[in-house]
Amino acid sequence: MTTSFILNGKKVEVTAASDANLLWTLRERLQLTGTKYGCGASFCGTCTVHLEGKPIKACVTPLSAVEGKEVLTIEGLSENRSHPLQIAWIEEQVPQCGYCHSGQIMQAAALLKANPNPSREEILSHMNAVLCRCGTYPRIMKAIEKTIQNT
Amino acid sequence: METPIKENKISRRKFLKRGGGITFLIAAAGVPVWGLRNHEKETNPGQITAWVHLDENGTITIYNPAAEMGQGTMTALAAIVAEEMDADWSMVKIMDAPVEPEIYGIGWGGERGGSMLTVGSRSVSGHYRNLRQSGAQARYVLLHNVAREWKVDIKELTTQEGHVIHSKSNRKISYGEIAGFIQLPEELPEIPESEWKDPKDFRLIGKEFQRKDIPEKVDGSAVFSTDIMVQDMVYGVVSRSPVNGSKPELKNESEIKALDGMLGVLMLDHGIGLVADSMESVLKAKRNCQISWNGNPKALGHNSREAYEDYNKMAESDSSGNIITSSGNLRNELSLSDKIIKADYKNDYVYHAQMEPLNAVAHVKADRAEVWAGTQAADGTRKAIADHLKIPLESVKLHTCFLGGGFGRRSMTDYVLEAVDLSKAMGRPVKLQWTREDDIQFGAFRPMSLQCMEAGIDQKGKINAWRHVVVGTGGGLLGSGADIPFYDIPNKHIEVRNIDHGIRTKHWRAVGHGPNKFAIETFLDEIAVAQKLDPYQLRRELMKNHPRALKVLDTAAKMADWGGKVPEGRARGIGFAERSGTLAAGVCEISLNRNTGKIKVHKIWGAMDAGVVVHPQNAKGQMEGALVMGLSSVLNESITFKDGRVEQSNFNNYPLLRMEDSPEEIAIEIIPSTEPPAGIGEAGLPFMGAVVSNAFASLTGKRLRHMPFTPEKVKEVLAS
Ligand code: FES
Ligand code: FES
Repeated sequence: MTTSFILNGKKVEVTAASDANLLWTLRERLQLTGTKYGCGASFCGTCTVHLEGKPIKACVTPLSAVEGKEVLTIEGLSENRSHPLQIAWIEEQVPQCGYCHSGQIMQAAALLKANPNPSREEILSHMNAVLCRCGTYPRIMKAIEKTIQNT
Repeated sequence: METPIKENKISRRKFLKRGGGITFLIAAAGVPVWGLRNHEKETNPGQITAWVHLDENGTITIYNPAAEMGQGTMTALAAIVAEEMDADWSMVKIMDAPVEPEIYGIGWGGERGGSMLTVGSRSVSGHYRNLRQSGAQARYVLLHNVAREWKVDIKELTTQEGHVIHSKSNRKISYGEIAGFIQLPEELPEIPESEWKDPKDFRLIGKEFQRKDIPEKVDGSAVFSTDIMVQDMVYGVVSRSPVNGSKPELKNESEIKALDGMLGVLMLDHGIGLVADSMESVLKAKRNCQISWNGNPKALGHNSREAYEDYNKMAESDSSGNIITSSGNLRNELSLSDKIIKADYKNDYVYHAQMEPLNAVAHVKADRAEVWAGTQAADGTRKAIADHLKIPLESVKLHTCFLGGGFGRRSMTDYVLEAVDLSKAMGRPVKLQWTREDDIQFGAFRPMSLQCMEAGIDQKGKINAWRHVVVGTGGGLLGSGADIPFYDIPNKHIEVRNIDHGIRTKHWRAVGHGPNKFAIETFLDEIAVAQKLDPYQLRRELMKNHPRALKVLDTAAKMADWGGKVPEGRARGIGFAERSGTLAAGVCEISLNRNTGKIKVHKIWGAMDAGVVVHPQNAKGQMEGALVMGLSSVLNESITFKDGRVEQSNFNNYPLLRMEDSPEEIAIEIIPSTEPPAGIGEAGLPFMGAVVSNAFASLTGKRLRHMPFTPEKVKEVLAS
């Protein structure tokens, strides 16, 4: 089965079995390994990417679901880590192990795209979708709030 | 037969890049690297070992001897070297050291050479002096070369941030330029400590600078072992025994082998290995396996809820376990006490839940192996692979990667050896991936335990006798943190008793300190309540002969304005704990939804004395993280066994703390110190159980004595 879609602004075609899933396709077939596997069941959010600008869990998305659509991964978020969230993430020294942060940043980017000035409550409920075992939540909040202030 | 991989100095400094589906290696170019010990040149002619690599363009590569699992030591360790060699930090790159423990390891006493095991928050504390020496030696080599080149006395030379300066002749040369004519001196002397940098001249240690690993962690380019691709690689999973020790029998092997994409089925002692051409195919095969699990392993009889009764019986029996401390005459003093206070505490098993599920990539060839893994035990893993394959150590090449969390789980080697087995069977590279379900159900947990506490109070109201018996499942893991070195109680008896249930337990961030400090610090609070004392003042009295500890406690209390006004509907708890040499104290402020039973922690104030802190802003991040992870374990986390099977399977039934339940505010203070560095990574975690329980008691008058404090348990306690 061949699926074509727009990945990080470029058209791609992937031929794979019909049960192919978006997460493994991104990671193993297309070698965009910034998107991570954490639970495979939509609980942890480490696999978060954008589909048509909205955050989705790649781990539970069949490849066929993105046919003809736009997918954005952390690799396509910006050139040279220039997205305001990435800049704030570095300034606030947010990541520890770093494994969850592609998902954290993609989740936060989707929020700010839809709502450039969310309240603290809106940030919390939106960011609840992505787990961080290292406990970087306080710095994630700081980095998002800083981004909002700066833009 | 192919010859073993040559471990020459160039190949060791190659590093892996990923791209285009193949592995390509870049050899580090440039000039030599400097010897660590003089005799290495003799024992290993032509081989130069080192901590530092200097390029003509001025790039300084510093080798990182510890696993980077989020704790930030790769940056801190390099900063120690860079500080002493007076390098320009912006020119410093960090690369994982080769897996050579005789050079990059440390002994338990901090001596050079030993193990590269990254555990117990000991990376900075263990390496600190050695790395200052190594940095000082690197600086010496630079000075020595400039002295020769300029024909001046080495004593007339100084350094300044990446340059050597000869002020007499007003000359200045950058380290990169020195690389053009550098030669290794015949002798590399040990630099006496008196010639190390004066701490008042530090530009890095104790100052603000950024972690070097963070940029690649915000754009997805950081490489974890799960991201490794090698040519011809296929995908493996293992279906493991649900009950530790049971043996698998695959009932539908031919059906599984016939599935699309399947490449191999391998019978392992503890499970069925499956290999296919894609992750989807191999996961499908795993779902479809019909396996009967045979044998009668010990774990089969383990029901964790009921195990508390066995612990109780053992605690009350005359049996004697491992004595942690015994001083004075406890029996006598207890019987003479004016008042005896007793309480029991419990904690369930907890799971590491590192965000990156276990995985490894292995390529086993006829007589050698190449493996990529995120591991806390680089040298132990390399040796385990060699032993497992019965090949010489030199024939095993282990590439270390970033760890997506370790917390103790990645100090084991089980997942790496599985990858090795699958690759060996397939004769090609295999990426072995654990699912989250595998990671939980084949986990190795922080022990569950029962803690029986008893204190005797004398006529003056002082704690005169202290008895603490820990009964649990976890052997040597149970005892850490059971002692109370900063509380002076004349008669004490602290003992650990173990019941083996045949299941896997393992070090988990702060090991026994989490459960034990929960019991100790909550019990002190209960004593304070019974004696109508302020729990802060009670602790102050007990630690009055320990000024450093006192300072830490006072700082936390001051930060929180202990005793001051607390918002309506909220209450505070205080606690103290030492771990890996770091002294830490905390106060938290909670509220409670009495209908749902949900505790909300609003604020945490934490203070620590960790000796010299190399990288304060990262140290604060570590304490924040430990507080949050600790809170997660205290409020949410419980692994239970039924007939030897783990009942939890994913984050739906093993819920980690999420952002909305994270404290709104965390304030950290580091006490300035000139004492040797201590371990920071775990220090915030141990007191978390107690500060929440103590705040809860202050709010409700009821006591939480069993972690985790889930809403159900909270409601039960409220109704009691
Ligand atoms: S991996 Fe997709 S939500 Fe966890
Ligand atoms: S930084 Fe490690 S899981 Fe978030």
